[in-house]
This record gives sequence, structure tokens and C-alpha cells, in this order.
Amino acid sequence: MQAIAAQVKEAAKKLLEDKKVDLVVGFAEGSLPLRGTPLFARTPEEADQLTWNRGCENNLANFLRKREGKVAVVAKGCDVRSIVALTKENQIDRDNLYIIGVPCDGMIDRKKIGKLLGGKEVLAVEDQGDTIVLKGNGFSETAKVADLLHNSCIDCRYGNPVVYDALIGELMPEKAEEDFAEIKEFEAKTTAERRAFLAEEFSKCIRCYACRNACPMCYCTECFVDCSQPEWIGKSAADVQDNILFQAVRVFHGAGRCADCGACERACPMGINLRLLTRKLVKDVKVLFNAEAGVSMDDKAALATFTADDPEPFLVKE
Amino acid sequence: MIVSKKDIPNLLDKMIAEYDVLAPVKKDNFTVFKPIASGADAVLGEGNTKLPAKELFFPQSEKLFSYSVTEEGAKLDAPMDDKKKVLFGVRPCDARSLKLLDNVFDNDKFQDPYYLTRRANTVMVGIGCNMPSSTCFCTSVNSGPFDTSGLDILLVDTGDAYVVELVTDKGKALADQAGLAAASDADKTAAAAAKEAAVVTCQVNTDGLKAKLDVNFYDPIWEKIHEKCLGCGACTYLCPTCHCFDIVDDAVDCAGCRVRNWDSCAFPLFTLHGSGHNPRTSNKERYRNRIMHKFKYFVDNFNEIGCVGCGRCIKNCPVNMDIRVVLENIRGSEARLDS
Ligand code: SF4
Ligand code: SF4
Ligand code: SF4
Ligand code: SF4
Repeated sequence: MQAIAAQVKEAAKKLLEDKKVDLVVGFAEGSLPLRGTPLFARTPEEADQLTWNRGCENNLANFLRKREGKVAVVAKGCDVRSIVALTKENQIDRDNLYIIGVPCDGMIDRKKIGKLLGGKEVLAVEDQGDTIVLKGNGFSETAKVADLLHNSCIDCRYGNPVVYDALIGELMPEKAEEDFAEIKEFEAKTTAERRAFLAEEFSKCIRCYACRNACPMCYCTECFVDCSQPEWIGKSAADVQDNILFQAVRVFHGAGRCADCGACERACPMGINLRLLTRKLVKDVKVLFNAEAGVSMDDKAALATFTADDPEPFLVKE
Repeated sequence: MIVSKKDIPNLLDKMIAEYDVLAPVKKDNFTVFKPIASGADAVLGEGNTKLPAKELFFPQSEKLFSYSVTEEGAKLDAPMDDKKKVLFGVRPCDARSLKLLDNVFDNDKFQDPYYLTRRANTVMVGIGCNMPSSTCFCTSVNSGPFDTSGLDILLVDTGDAYVVELVTDKGKALADQAGLAAASDADKTAAAAAKEAAVVTCQVNTDGLKAKLDVNFYDPIWEKIHEKCLGCGACTYLCPTCHCFDIVDDAVDCAGCRVRNWDSCAFPLFTLHGSGHNPRTSNKERYRNRIMHKFKYFVDNFNEIGCVGCGRCIKNCPVNMDIRVVLENIRGSEARLDS
């Protein structure tokens, strides 16, 4: 990780020194353990703060839409998928974007650490590769990194950036097809059970819209929830049905565009299982259209194209 | 007075008979304040609750009144929550946040009956913080882990028991009702030792901050500061002192209700005028408002910093926008005169 951080820094500095780009978007060391924070570097000195660690969890594609000038981004696999999807939607000009790709085998989920330590506060960490030492007031515990990764990272098969201009670190071996086990389990429930589950989950929602704002694909100039004429949805968070409606529309709007990066779920301060919904759509798009968002520059987004071969059962093909 | 920890469920059960008792309860991996049906449900001694105590006095969505127009005429119904309540296990920073909010909801110009009725009917029983978190900076904003300023009773954790400090007459009345044993000298010494041992490690220097904010409204530093902010409502909604609200009518035909909802200065709808004009056009102006409101306007209006140092915004921001770092960057910036 440290070696990668140094190379990221070096690559970014060079791009800025050579005036190849005006801005590098990457990660700096955050203020909490295992927390990277987005950094916008415009000079080689500012680029000195760039780093790479297991807490670089935000999807930086979110900061790249409609940028002026030449921009470079430090992007892991999921960021690149969103970049690809956004490029196809004309939100990113690929010619003005320099992708410093970093193969990524996963970011650490601080909620899993919380569970492991029973809520004890981590004050410092020591990354030892496959294991990590978590230190706090009167304790020091070693844990396997693999046990602490975000579920989205465990399921991700595109840790290797699908496009890049420079690559830092080693490409990783291919992973097996994902099996969508938890989605199948959810689908197997009765309607009443699913409804009850969603009602319970979304009773926690405080309508802070962190999920929407963290998502690179949520960029409508006016979100339907913010529209007051007409008012499509109740504005109070007290109504669980409205909370579910908000999320349902958000998730459907991401169908075929969502890269399953998990940024929405990570952003949610209430720990709501948003990926259950986003991933259900990821699975549907895969099953119905044999498509995945942002995995290639060449294919069209699943819902932005039509062919007579679409395996949609409701389309009659002669 | 003193109460042993194992007697707390019993004590709460007795209170429940007479009051609505609100205490932290477990929800997934965090705690939230909820009315409890049994004293055993209270989860005391964890850090701060996920949502601040303000929601109990100023709920996220509050029905101010409901109305209907029928053939018999117009009908109006304004419910008032005037139940007697005990808020048990609140942390000193959250209690103090209510003292700050009192300035807003009770002043020469406005008195908010909904908020004030709840305030008047609630006894605040706090627990001091023996183990402040690394993100707590209460001592930097005129408070501390055993601050009693918003409390009626303060409990000091001495291991197996809580030593009870009575702060107000309201607190004393509640404690008398409970019939607690007197604390021995040894208990009092233990309480003093617990206070002594609790160290708030995180310090935020606010020297000169206000002077800078007085003149840096147009400082280009705001361009840099806000850049990573997503403009979500996580920090404002989870903040115990943020109090902006929006009023909407939830109505179908001639019947409906007027609801007051939390609002957030981070949202594009905040201060959007009916004309379509918005004085805060971008995230820069909105994030600047969050800082200005807490560290300048609140000071101008009420002579207090509008932040209690609870650290919730630090822990919950999805991009690690850390208010401590922001304040330090502002302090360290060159002061520029407004132009
Ligand atoms: S919906 Fe969630 S998982 Fe999908 S692209 Fe947006 S942030 Fe990522
Ligand atoms: S981030 Fe979580 S709490 Fe906030 S609106 Fe989204 S689902 Fe609701
Ligand atoms: S500072 Fe963080 S929590 Fe607050 S609005 Fe910005 S992104 Fe959301
Ligand atoms: S600004 Fe942050 S630290 Fe201060 S009271 Fe609000 S949530 Fe707590």
C-alpha cells in the first residue's frame, strides 16, 4: 500500500509539473483511522498529500462530471466503471480525463470493525498486508483484512480498472462469477415478508440524501424528491412509505447504470442495507439483458439501447 | 446520593409508571433515544446516540396542526405533546445543545410552544463521560464531559454505581421521589476520581476564529474548503444544534396537516425563493453557511458558539469532512476584508 501511495503521488506530481493536467482528484490521509478523504490537487505541492490506503472508499467518479480543463483521477476498479458509464452519458469527456488506475482488492468496512470490536474505538491501525492491527485504549487486535472488506468489494469482479492511461500496482487474477446469493434469498421471500423487511430497514432513513449525493450516477439537475411543483413525494421522513418510494425510484433510475460500487451504502449514516436494492437491479439487468454497467467503452448502456434479441420475455420476437 | 447500576432497571420501571421515560436503546450497531417500556431496555454507558437529543424536543417531522373543511365548517386541531417525561442517560453535550437551542426557540421575538412545552415537562438525567471519544471536543467549546449546564441531574459512573449530583430543583424532586441512598465520602471521592481521570484529548483552537469569520465571507478559501462536500444532510441532521426547518402542508383536497420538517443548509432547496432566485447558488455558499451559522452568526446573536463538540458530524460525514480541520484551515488562512 505504501509503495502504491508513493507511486500515485509521483505520477500525479509529474502530470501537474508537466502541465498535462490542471487538477488531480485523489485521496489524502483522512482525519480518522482507516479513512481516506477526497483531495483536489492543483499544484505538485498539493499532490504531496496524495495517498493510497484501505480507506479510500469514496467513488471519485462523483467529482468528475462536467469538469473544465484537463483532469486526472486516481481510480480503483469501481470508480473506473462509473467513469465509463458517465462517459457514455456525456458527463465526462474522456479526452480530457487522465485515469491513473489502481487495481484494488477491496476497501475496509469500518462497520465490520465496529462489530468485531464490540464498538470499542480504534485510534490507530497498522496495515500489514493480509492482516491489519487495530489499536485503541488498552487493546491491540490483529484481524484478517479479508474479513473486514466491504461486501461490495467481496463481490466485485472488476478490481482491475477496465480502462486507464497509467496503471499503478499489479493487475490481479480474475475472480469467479458472483452468485447473488443474498439477492436470491430476498427474492425467495413472500411479498409480505419483503415489504416488512423494507419497512423495517427504511424506518431508519432520515432522508439526508447522502446515498443520492455519494452516487456518481445521481446527477439530475433537479432530483424528483426536491421538486415541489408538483410534489412527487412527501417531504417528511416520518413516512416510511415515502422513504421506500424515494429509494425505489433512485434505484430504478440507476438500473443498467449502477456499477455496484456500494458508495451509496457506505455514505448512509444510518447503516441501511441499500445494496440489497441496487444489487437486485444489477442482477436483473444481468439476467434480462446480459449487461453490466461500465465494463467496456464499446457496448451501450443496457437501457439506452434496443435489439430484437433482448431476452425480455414481454417482447415478442418473430 | 447514589444508585447502584443493578438497581437502575428497577428505578426506571418506577419512573415509567409516572413518566414517559426516554433512554438510549440499541438499534443495529448504534443507539437511539426511544420511549422505553421496561427499565431493562435502556442501554447506558455507550457513547453518544446516533441521533441527537434535539429530535425529542424538535422532531424531524412535527405535525403542528391538522385541518379539514366540511359542510359543517372548518375544523382545526392542534395537538400539544405535554406528557411528563424523563430523558435518562443523555450526554452532557446533548444536554447543553438544548440550552443553545433555547435561545432560538425562546427569545424576545418568538416562543415556540411545541418545543417549550416539551422542555418544561422533561427532566434531564445525564451521564458524565468517563471515556470521551477521540472525536469529542466539548472542552474546546465551553463545555466538558461532566458539564451540568443543560441537566437536572448528573450521574457519575464509579464502576458499579452512579453517584447522583442534583443540579436543579426539578432534578431534586425526581431524586426525592426515587428515594435514593446517600452517597458515602468514599463514593464522592470515587466520583471525583472518575471526573479527574476522564480526559478529552481532542482540542480545537477557536482563538481568533470569530474575528476571521467576521471578515472572510468572500475569501477564496471557501472554494477549497467545500470542494469535497457532497451537499447531503448527514452532518446537519445528526448535529444536536442545527435547527433550521421548513414548513409544508400535507393535504389532500380540503383536509391535511401542516408539518414542520428539519431542513438543511446543505440542500439546494434551502433558501430557494418563490421567484426561483437562490442567494446560495452552490455548495460553496451552503457549506460556508454551516460554518458561519455556528461560529459567527450564533455568536453574534446569542454570544455562544453554536457547536457543542459532540463529534457526530466528524464520525458520520461520508467524505470525512472534519469540522476540526475546516476550522483550523480557516484560522490559518490569511484574513481578507470583505469587499
Ligand atoms: S446506486 Fe450505489 S452502488 Fe450503484 S452506482 Fe450509485 S452509489 Fe454505486
Ligand atoms: S443515506 Fe441512508 S438515511 Fe440518508 S437518505 Fe439515503 S437511505 Fe436515507
Ligand atoms: S460536510 Fe459531509 S455530511 Fe456535511 S453535507 Fe458535506 S458531505 Fe454531507
Ligand atoms: S457541528 Fe458537529 S461537533 Fe459541533 S455540535 Fe454539530 S455535530 Fe456536534
